[in-house]
Amino acid sequence: MPPSGNRSGNNRKAQLGLFAGYLAASVGAILGALLLVISLMKPETFSGLRSMASDVTAPIGQTGAATRVGTRNIFEAIAGYYDAGSKNAALEEEIAIARVRLAEAEAAKRENARLKAALGLMQQNPENIAAARLIGSTSASARRFGYISTGREDGVTPGMPVTSPMGLVGRVLESGRHSSRILLLTDSESMVPVRRAGDDLVAFAEGRADGTLRIRLINLGINPVEEGDVFVTSGAGGMFRPGVAVAMATEITEDGAIAQLLSNPAATDVVIVEPIWEEDLLKTMAKPVVNEDDPG
Amino acid sequence: MERLNHSSRRDAFGSKINRTSSPLLMVGVPWLTIMLASLAPMLPVIALAPVLPPFAYIMLLAWRLLRVNVLPLWAGLPLGLFDDLLSGQPIGSAILLFSITIIAIDLMEIRFPWRSFWQDWLTGSLFISAYLIISALVSGADLSLVQLRLIVPQLLIAIVLFPLASRLVSVLDRLRLLRVRRLA
Repeated sequence: MPPSGNRSGNNRKAQLGLFAGYLAASVGAILGALLLVISLMKPETFSGLRSMASDVTAPIGQTGAATRVGTRNIFEAIAGYYDAGSKNAALEEEIAIARVRLAEAEAAKRENARLKAALGLMQQNPENIAAARLIGSTSASARRFGYISTGREDGVTPGMPVTSPMGLVGRVLESGRHSSRILLLTDSESMVPVRRAGDDLVAFAEGRADGTLRIRLINLGINPVEEGDVFVTSGAGGMFRPGVAVAMATEITEDGAIAQLLSNPAATDVVIVEPIWEEDLLKTMAKPVVNEDDPG
Repeated sequence: MERLNHSSRRDAFGSKINRTSSPLLMVGVPWLTIMLASLAPMLPVIALAPVLPPFAYIMLLAWRLLRVNVLPLWAGLPLGLFDDLLSGQPIGSAILLFSITIIAIDLMEIRFPWRSFWQDWLTGSLFISAYLIISALVSGADLSLVQLRLIVPQLLIAIVLFPLASRLVSVLDRLRLLRVRRLA
């Protein structure tokens, strides 16, 4: 390829122009470094700017989102043809297990209803805020954010849980006018209090950024988790309502397990934004603790 | 009379008679294609792990290596800002890395004015590797050293894709220089 010849030579004007160019580029780099430091220290600083950008570009994502369902993602679609046989066997086994689980869940549900009736509690199902399409995700960055097609106009505010029929997807991080950015469960900054379905083994589910979750038990000791255990939200912390499916343990580690997501966002089309489960509780927790008995 | 030079009236960029390139295309095509590549997060791919290559950065590299003068030296600031708004990286990371890349390629152009395909691919691969690793480090994600292997598949895809992107850019460059404006 021939040289482009942008050198200035003896031309004074060209020399100055080139110098000014380098200066501008360096200023740009320094500005970038400063902005980077600011946004690492205070990640919410530029949220307004970001939601504006996602509002503007959301319509592009929305048109594509409708075609995504069923195709999951590029690689899975292709890979599906190769290991169909072994997958089929695995699926059949899984179904057999799932049938048993379903029966167990039914039993638990019935008992739950009976106990609740005995206590005089109402069956409370929170009213959903909005249904939205999952329109995109930050597929090139190490952070795992998603974009959904609903925003402040529908009453979506940061912190609200986002679920799909298969389970928890994430929570709203920033809401624009008609699009929002959500933190997917697999982001390394995402942490959800969970418990094992069936008993009260409590744990935290942390994102590992590679598509799996890390289950960390709160009570250390002998690790009772087994492969195939399903974890659901525990409701601790007040953000997520209890009982939403999160993940299934696939690999046992020293302090818990590595778990696969139950609601794969790649195969999810419509998600539901739910209200924060116990907003009052969250607000109370944010306030500093004051001892009421303290005189003066 | 026989024509001596067959490309005297017409060449790959269109008719040479009474036509010239449009300034709008000449300036706009590189900017527009890089910004379009920045919209990749709005693709209907919900990735559980970083799998897609950094399209905007690859386009920037390809444009810069093909035609060093097509983007001004300060282009990293606006292009980087636009990329940061959607990419999920903290704002400033692409501004910084795009700006540094533009300066670095300019200095490289002075050292190696004549380059081959392989040298451009090597340069592109090195720049993409550095970009992905630094981006992951400053992303604000809580990554351990083990999890840095996350970017390996992404890196390989990006490196394999780079010659294709260069090819695409050279086609776009032909579009950029098309003589569409009629001289009065």
